[in-house]
Amino acid sequence: MALDSKSDTQTRDFKVVGTRPNRPDGIDKVTGRARFGADITAPGMLIGRVLRSPHAHARIVSIDTSQAEALAGVRAVVTSADFNKIEDDDFTADILDNCMASEKAMYDGHAVAAVAASSEAIAKRALKLITVEYEVLPHVTDVDAAITADAPVLHEGRTDETVPAGMSGNVISRFEFGHGDIEAGLAAADKVLERSYKTEATHQGYIEPHACMASMGPDGQADLWCCTQGHYMVRNTCAAIFGMEQGQLRVTASEIGGGFGGKTTVFLEPVALALSRKSGRPVKMVMSRSEVLRATGPTASSSVDIRLGMTKDGRITGARAELRYQGGAYPGSPVEFGSMSAFAPYDLEHVKTVGWDIVTNRPKQAAYRAPGAPMAAFAVESAIDELAKGFGLDPLEVRLKNAAREGTKSSYGVTYPAIGLEATLRKAKDHPHWTAPLGPNQGRGVACGFWFNFGGDTCVSLNITPDGTVTVSEGNPDIGGSRASMSMMAAEELGIPYEKVRTIVADTGSLGQNEVTDGSRVTFAVGLATIEAARAAKREMCRRAALVWGIDEEAVEWIDGAAQPAGPNAGDHPPMTLAEIAATASNTGGPIAGHHEANPEGAGVSFATHMVDTEVDPDTGAVKILRYTVFQDAGKAVHPAYVEGQFQGGAVQGIGWALNEEYIYGEDGVLQNAGFLDYRIPVASDLPMIDTVILEIPNPGHPYGVRGVGETSIVPPLAAIANSVSESAGVRMAQLPMSPPKVLAAMQSK
Amino acid sequence: MSQVHVTTTINGDPTEFLCEPDETLLDVLRDRLGMTGSKEGCGTGDCGACSVTVNGRLVCSCLVLGAEAEGAEVATIEGMSDGETLHPLQRKFIEHAALQCGICTPGLLVAAKSLLENHPDPTEEEARYWLAGNLCRCTGYDKIIRAVMDAAEEMREAS
Repeated sequence: MALDSKSDTQTRDFKVVGTRPNRPDGIDKVTGRARFGADITAPGMLIGRVLRSPHAHARIVSIDTSQAEALAGVRAVVTSADFNKIEDDDFTADILDNCMASEKAMYDGHAVAAVAASSEAIAKRALKLITVEYEVLPHVTDVDAAITADAPVLHEGRTDETVPAGMSGNVISRFEFGHGDIEAGLAAADKVLERSYKTEATHQGYIEPHACMASMGPDGQADLWCCTQGHYMVRNTCAAIFGMEQGQLRVTASEIGGGFGGKTTVFLEPVALALSRKSGRPVKMVMSRSEVLRATGPTASSSVDIRLGMTKDGRITGARAELRYQGGAYPGSPVEFGSMSAFAPYDLEHVKTVGWDIVTNRPKQAAYRAPGAPMAAFAVESAIDELAKGFGLDPLEVRLKNAAREGTKSSYGVTYPAIGLEATLRKAKDHPHWTAPLGPNQGRGVACGFWFNFGGDTCVSLNITPDGTVTVSEGNPDIGGSRASMSMMAAEELGIPYEKVRTIVADTGSLGQNEVTDGSRVTFAVGLATIEAARAAKREMCRRAALVWGIDEEAVEWIDGAAQPAGPNAGDHPPMTLAEIAATASNTGGPIAGHHEANPEGAGVSFATHMVDTEVDPDTGAVKILRYTVFQDAGKAVHPAYVEGQFQGGAVQGIGWALNEEYIYGEDGVLQNAGFLDYRIPVASDLPMIDTVILEIPNPGHPYGVRGVGETSIVPPLAAIANSVSESAGVRMAQLPMSPPKVLAAMQSK
Repeated sequence: MSQVHVTTTINGDPTEFLCEPDETLLDVLRDRLGMTGSKEGCGTGDCGACSVTVNGRLVCSCLVLGAEAEGAEVATIEGMSDGETLHPLQRKFIEHAALQCGICTPGLLVAAKSLLENHPDPTEEEARYWLAGNLCRCTGYDKIIRAVMDAAEEMREAS
């Protein structure tokens, strides 16, 4: 049979892809029917609560749980003593230690014990009856302070072989990328800018706190329901922690109330399983907002030194970045991604980045939308802007002059295929926003951003029902409309209406391994698997039609939702629609399905250019966002409204990061703003509409040309806004957030 | 302390419940009455995910005691549609893709309904300030504001 080949896709005339149908979970979500993590209940359910360290760094001398255990209604109390010690697997051991502290409490809010009781009120009372004896230790929360010689060392012996001898034990790893000769490159410049930049830690800020319900029986089987970006990851991680076989733990993902990377690991899940095992009852756990902020992953704070050389006509001759990221109390800050992505938008002969992964007494960082990239882009794009404006050059022209294109060897090693950076820059330059007049105290900034995009293990099963509707089972939680996109791609491929396809997120017992919903991978990888599963089903349906017609299956092709003879030699047979083939499937060999399992390469890197106008209040330093436009390459926008939504959402998270959001620690190492009143994310009245321009430079690695779009949109805003505010305020802003007191102080000191 | 017996009306339904004196209306709705459409995002009145109306007034149900519902008319997201017919705001939220994850959606819809009941013809700025107490982390509010303005226009034309 004939199938659409990958090479057809750039000129393909799509019928469903590119339209804006209503999402299948829409009604549930506007009526309150959708069930999120905290909405799950079970008969006999207990409520679990966590006791958390009030100290930033303390040795746990002893924990006495006897009084709590004696309280009526308490069914189980667990501490680290209730978990196996994990040997030879630092990655999992760190995750477990973060879920339940063993020898030391590493940060304010670190879990040290947990209880399960018949009511939340009793559970809370029980926490007060647990006595923990702490030996308080010196702490450090700042990334630059953590690498000084007299900083308290969090872990002994965790530094790896990449780190030169003699550095603080808080330096865990060193990364290096680049090519050419930096000193020679800088020597060729008309001007070399050297500047340091700092960003504060910000939280993903999903509105739904972490929640789960666990049920573990004495036979070793367990069920877990939770809000997560990857229930397969939850299964595998919990199985490793408990020494269980993965097949004995079934995890079902609830609807997820936002994640942005923050729900790509476990926090409560192992604790709930341990409490359930000990109590013999289902245990539900839900975090409070302050627990979310104190104990789940914010992103890293960063300190970056840039050396950038430019000729007076705007050519970058040499570029060096040294990046220090603290990722909280355990190894694994996203500094490697930061180091790889810092100069990724540019075609540079001499480029080098050095990254340092540093630990501090803060919560273990978790991925946050393009993890590591926004801070690096903040520094690089600020430096480019400052040099360009210093020479009186157009900052878009300077970026165009240095832009990476097809065939460019990137700073992190790969050579690019067709990419969309230049297209976003040209579109930005031609956009009316670029030439719109500005008033007093107003400025305009631009910046570019890059993200890798991932593939990853993926399984999709597509089943044809007897009445000719189609069900798609995939294994990735739908975090922003992906069930709609999968249904659209299945409908496109099968040639049937969108409404005939229903996509569900299946539990871990129903499909093989699926990578987490991360890396902007889902529309790309799960979409690819959905298309391939549909193709497998089409092949089978063509075979069934051939059987009915008594002709060779190669003589049948699939056109417009029906099997048809592939030319005059195949005989004169009326088309058999999908519904007709489905209705007789029982007589032609049984039910029809297609499935596809893969770890697809070719995710296709992504670029964006952002443009923003700001106004600074000279009396208060407050910054108002006046106008914002996102230009980003989507490869192919499957559901353009949800692509726009990703652009807008990323831009606004970036606005929060640039202007207001920060983790504020006191001298005591305690988080001072663990609530939405003081950790201030953008609200509707802070913002204008966020304009979007979708570019479509097809990704050759996807049947329809799709690239991931979710993460790139948070990469440019920090720098774009800083470049704009620097113009509005008349002083270069090199530290985030640009909150009113900081902007005012900068203006007064200029 | 013993529990409080409360007689109230929720979405037009006569309802009785027992609650602790210090139990919030949100916990009563979610844990005692099984009405989990109202969400807890913060528990401190900062995010608006638990928005309901009590006697027509928009409140965060996490800041109201269950006992305060005595004799009151409470309206939640579960009562917003009329049988099979969605409220225009609900329909416009779907059509405009005004939700991504959907966790803030019930609270935003309750708050937006309250806005349009008080101000049927709001400016964009008025809508933005009215909804400033409802946090959404996914959308950047653009499509939410468009959905609200579109619903307002449709409702004005229909009335």
